[in-house]
Amino acid sequence: MKHIILKSFAALIFSSTAAFAQESKGIDETVNEIFASVTGPFVSLIFAPLPGTSFPWIVLWLVVAASLFTIYFGFVQFRAFRHSIELVRGDYSDPEDAGEVSHFQALATALSGTVGLGNIAGVAVAVGIGGPGATFWMILAGLLGMASKFTECTLGVKYRNEYPDGTVSGGPMYYISKGFTERGIPGGRILAVVFSVFCILGAIGGGNMFQANQAHAQIAGITGEYPGWITGLVFAAVVFAVIVGGIKSIARVTEKVVPFMGILYVVAALIILLVNFDQIGWAIGQIFEGAFTGLGVAGGFVGALIQGFKRAAFSNEAGVGSAAIAHSAVRTKEPITEGFVSLLEPFIDTVVICTMTALVITISGQLMIDPATGNYILDGNSIQTVGGTSGVALTSAAFATGFSWFPYVLAIAVVLFAFSTMISWSYYGLKAWTFLFGEGKTAELIFKVMFCVFVVIGAAANLGPVIDFSDAAIFAMAVVNISALYVLMPIVKREMVSYQARLKSGEIKKFKN
Amino acid sequence: MAAKLVIGLDGSDSGSRAVDYAKKLASLIGDCELIVVYVIEWSPYTFQSAEENAVRHKRREEEIEAATTRLVNPAVEALKAEGFKARGIVKHGDVADLLDKTAVSEKADQIVVSRNSEGGFVQRIFGSATASLVMHASVPVTVVG
Repeated sequence: MKHIILKSFAALIFSSTAAFAQESKGIDETVNEIFASVTGPFVSLIFAPLPGTSFPWIVLWLVVAASLFTIYFGFVQFRAFRHSIELVRGDYSDPEDAGEVSHFQALATALSGTVGLGNIAGVAVAVGIGGPGATFWMILAGLLGMASKFTECTLGVKYRNEYPDGTVSGGPMYYISKGFTERGIPGGRILAVVFSVFCILGAIGGGNMFQANQAHAQIAGITGEYPGWITGLVFAAVVFAVIVGGIKSIARVTEKVVPFMGILYVVAALIILLVNFDQIGWAIGQIFEGAFTGLGVAGGFVGALIQGFKRAAFSNEAGVGSAAIAHSAVRTKEPITEGFVSLLEPFIDTVVICTMTALVITISGQLMIDPATGNYILDGNSIQTVGGTSGVALTSAAFATGFSWFPYVLAIAVVLFAFSTMISWSYYGLKAWTFLFGEGKTAELIFKVMFCVFVVIGAAANLGPVIDFSDAAIFAMAVVNISALYVLMPIVKREMVSYQARLKSGEIKKFKN
Repeated sequence: MAAKLVIGLDGSDSGSRAVDYAKKLASLIGDCELIVVYVIEWSPYTFQSAEENAVRHKRREEEIEAATTRLVNPAVEALKAEGFKARGIVKHGDVADLLDKTAVSEKADQIVVSRNSEGGFVQRIFGSATASLVMHASVPVTVVG
């Protein structure tokens, strides 16, 4: 059966390649136009600026929430940092639970959904428009975002569904509906449904079309231009094989290769930084100076701030609610422990990996500086770069100044990251879908096939409308999720206070020393 | 005080050689309990997809069930039928580490394992569970060839 599906897909690709090659430009443009006109109003609403400013209200929404959680939980991201690492190491794991999902595995799974294009392309966009100063705001947003993650992932584990057959389902839709009922507040079910709708859109947008789009751009950058829907079909076939065909071998290979790629990326960045260690001081200076003056970027320091906050949120997804789905499968008697573990996620994703990318771009000298003023030279809204590059290409060019062969590795990494993010988001979207339409083979199959169709559309559409829609859908999830987190945060606080008291009294013991 | 022997099963023919040898020892000792241990190789530091995590608890139960009914119970029943005092344990984790830990917690006098059945490239690089057990064990280990 699986082979038949695969073969028919392959046949479809080859026959359509020949037939449609002539009219491909037309197809791509049509898809693009329809897409932009349909999604336009939704995007404008989500990114509407605060009256009288150019500051999108949604960015403020995320940062205010993260700051409030940080204060409400008494700077938990700093106080519990060490304990979080001990939890991931398994110091507090009961040996009798061996064979269950460990804290490490839950964290690694969640990270494979967030580490990806946001860290490579997103950071390049932030630094390319907002200058190195955007990095400062990105790190700050990452540090604050740790508290948002802590809140949502604790709830994700606490209110997950455990079915009689031993499988689990968790995420904002479950904690919103159950948590509201528990607190006696009406409207939980409706809010959970709204979240699920946005989650499905986010899965199809940022978790799918954006990824397909960027993967195509990477491949086309190496092979030369060709129609996007061809990449889309190939990607759709592989995604289909994994999520519908259940071909575990492909998933297993990516599971092994993706972490390896992530480590390789960080090591390469570290080597470039070490080689140029004499410039690190200057780069950090640029980051701080740019953070408060903008160093001539469009919109000044506010421009840097908006870019930094926006890209941090898109990269680590803190407050969005997606991570709560991934973290909810862990085996633990204390939901709060997964909250502690999850706060490492924005740290690794944003504070470590995104900062590496930003430092490498800054040090590489790809961003052009006017020697007379010391400010960056603008080309429209963004900073002029040496090769006129932006997005992934800018990161690629920056890494190429250290290793000329790195763009090839980066291209492979981007394609693999895109693929693993798609697989992760197909699961998030599926959970939201089954929350709405019930768990069942047919309902699941409809979503999975639809997901694959959008891979093709994503690869064929131009970047502009796709990236806008992706951001908008994912941020719309945060509107609902954070509203619910405000209602449910006293529950998390109670868990935290109780746990920390028991930890202090020695009731909760380490199993390993 | 009765003697206790921990037998490491690996689900192969060489594993049953370990059982045969343990029987011989038990007969010589007289009052001796045999603890048959099967370890399902597992690490908390692997990478899994979200979907695998969601069904992990179910899979774990299935793995324990399969190991118990197919390997450990038949071995224990066979030992009992021959008049030995025997029981079985199934656990997830690192083979060498868990055999040793079980021996310590059960206060066993000795661990009996077979020489590794699987050979080849991987074992040359990473070493076998048996070799690792011999090097780190807290109680005497007998390796049956």
